Amino acid sequence: MKRVPDNRGRFGAYGGKYVPETLMAALDELEAVYDRAKRSPAFRAELELYLRDYVGRPTPLYFARRLSEAVGKGRIYLKREDLCHTGAHKMNNTIGQVLLAQRMGKPRVIAETGAGQHGVATATAAAMFGLECVVYMGAEDIERQSLNVFRMKLLGAEVRSVGSGTRTLKDATNEALRDWVSNVRNTHYIIGSVVGPHPYPMLVRDFQAVIGREVIKQSVKAEGRLPDYALACVGGGSNAIGLFHPLLRFRTRLIGVEAAGYGLTTGKHGAPLAKGSPGVLHGSMSYLLQDDNGQVAEAHSISAGLDYPGVGPEHSYLKDEKLVRYVSVTDDEALEAFEQLCRTEGIIPALESAHALAYLKKLAPKLRKESFVVVNLSGRGDKDAHIVADALGVDV
Amino acid sequence: MSAVRTSAISRVFAEARDSGRSVLIPYCMGGYPSFDESAELIVALAEAGADIVEIGIPFSDPLADGPTIQTASQTSLEAGFRPEHALELAARVSDQTDVPLVFMTYYNIVLHFGLKRFAREAAKVGVAGVILPDLPPDEAGPWHEAAQGKLDTIYLLAPTSAPERIKSVAKVAEGFIYAVSTVGVTGARTDLSDELSDFVGRIRATSDKPIAVGFGVSTASQAATVAKIADGVIIGSALIDRIARAKPSEGVDAAVTFISAVREALDHP
Repeated sequence: MKRVPDNRGRFGAYGGKYVPETLMAALDELEAVYDRAKRSPAFRAELELYLRDYVGRPTPLYFARRLSEAVGKGRIYLKREDLCHTGAHKMNNTIGQVLLAQRMGKPRVIAETGAGQHGVATATAAAMFGLECVVYMGAEDIERQSLNVFRMKLLGAEVRSVGSGTRTLKDATNEALRDWVSNVRNTHYIIGSVVGPHPYPMLVRDFQAVIGREVIKQSVKAEGRLPDYALACVGGGSNAIGLFHPLLRFRTRLIGVEAAGYGLTTGKHGAPLAKGSPGVLHGSMSYLLQDDNGQVAEAHSISAGLDYPGVGPEHSYLKDEKLVRYVSVTDDEALEAFEQLCRTEGIIPALESAHALAYLKKLAPKLRKESFVVVNLSGRGDKDAHIVADALGVDV
Repeated sequence: MSAVRTSAISRVFAEARDSGRSVLIPYCMGGYPSFDESAELIVALAEAGADIVEIGIPFSDPLADGPTIQTASQTSLEAGFRPEHALELAARVSDQTDVPLVFMTYYNIVLHFGLKRFAREAAKVGVAGVILPDLPPDEAGPWHEAAQGKLDTIYLLAPTSAPERIKSVAKVAEGFIYAVSTVGVTGARTDLSDELSDFVGRIRATSDKPIAVGFGVSTASQAATVAKIADGVIIGSALIDRIARAKPSEGVDAAVTFISAVREALDHP
């Protein structure tokens, strides 16, 4: 198997550095600092310490007996990233990047956020290290996720509302990039997913790959072998890459689940791998939802974290190389899976993760009794309770 | 790079250098405030002393632009302005003025249109060069191949560009080098950066290609200051601000009055 990215940040035809000249020096610096850090035993020890004592790793690989029974076939395990500090896998990356910011001597960090999970994780890591923190969030998402906005403020971050464009994650990312262009000398931009210009897709993947490495060890311990299937939801795709990357060289069948929103044929979805075409957004070449003129199209998903018209370049590469199969589930299917997990296992999943769970129903006919399936439960769903209540027509 | 071809843009800079004149490059957004007014504006700017005119093609996600150009871009998009309209606009304007035109847009627009097709059709309607702020030379191979011999590709350098990088970007730059005045996005500013003259000096030490300064040049007197150290001055957001602030139907006049004043300040500092 080919090692990606190459030294120009390319995953096959995808990736690269499509950014204003002002940022080129900062990307070079980040790449150099990261390259030294990953070889440094001191850096690795520090990262491991925080992942263990602060984030709470390793997260359990939990055998979901009642969920397995409900699905009907297979032994279904959940990788419990929802048990990470702040409630999602996002923390694996923000801790790593805050440590890099420190190495670069940058006292200020910025981030974009959709649902607020990455914003909270960045605000948390910044608070722990005493860094100034600004989080950009679409005005519409601020309305949808007011609790997370308050959490970020409690953690000492400034949340800036972005009212341009579609007022969601895409535009928050534009605004964060503009801030970075303007303050690049004292600011590190903590991108929250495997998107953006090189080296971000690579370094975010590397920080998230701890998920898949743990799954390999835990699978051997639990079932004496590696999983037959591994499932994860894909927005930008960081939890999926984190699970898939260490498993790529094995025979486990990898399935990435995109958001089909109201349905793939409605034009209201967040499934660029299924319905998009290659294009350039936020610094890299990847599959993209766009119109006939190359204008970026609006995405839709009930899950704010999947409501994004782009996807990480490595996913585009894995799709073209057929190393991962990408599928999609609708808002309604995700909601059904959300409720199912609550009732069968007593776990409230994030709506993002509910997309991965929802695919189990479609996978079931292919499973045998002894099929070993791992689903990445990327985050917990407390943040989504009011959205689900709305969707079910319940007044909270 | 072909050594034989002298582009329209290079000629403008060469003539200006010979006559001790500064090159004035206003930027307008295609389709802003409307298609007809943007056509009228470009011709009027040329008559008011512009040497080259940049025409923005709007993109949904203009990440190198500040609020002024973002808003103009959105207005133009909402009115239905498409890349084909930019070609139509350039064709119409080329019939009325000889001033070289430069398209400024983001790479996805060009990529989606088709690199070869974009280069061919832009050259056909009299466009002389292209500025793509999110396409650094590192990624520009395919575009360069498509544009070779048809359009100048104008690259940007920033105050953060390291010496080695200044050297390599300057080497591939065509037409002129676009020096970004400040660490930031486009947009009018009260003060020019103190480090500007150092920065332009660093480029000069490496390359004899013409240098035009843009991003943040907001007043006639700032333009005159820039003209002392660079070969050209680019004015975008400040011009669009004047259109945005004017009464409807008076935008073109307001822009022309401003650019005339800048021309005057450049010629008689």
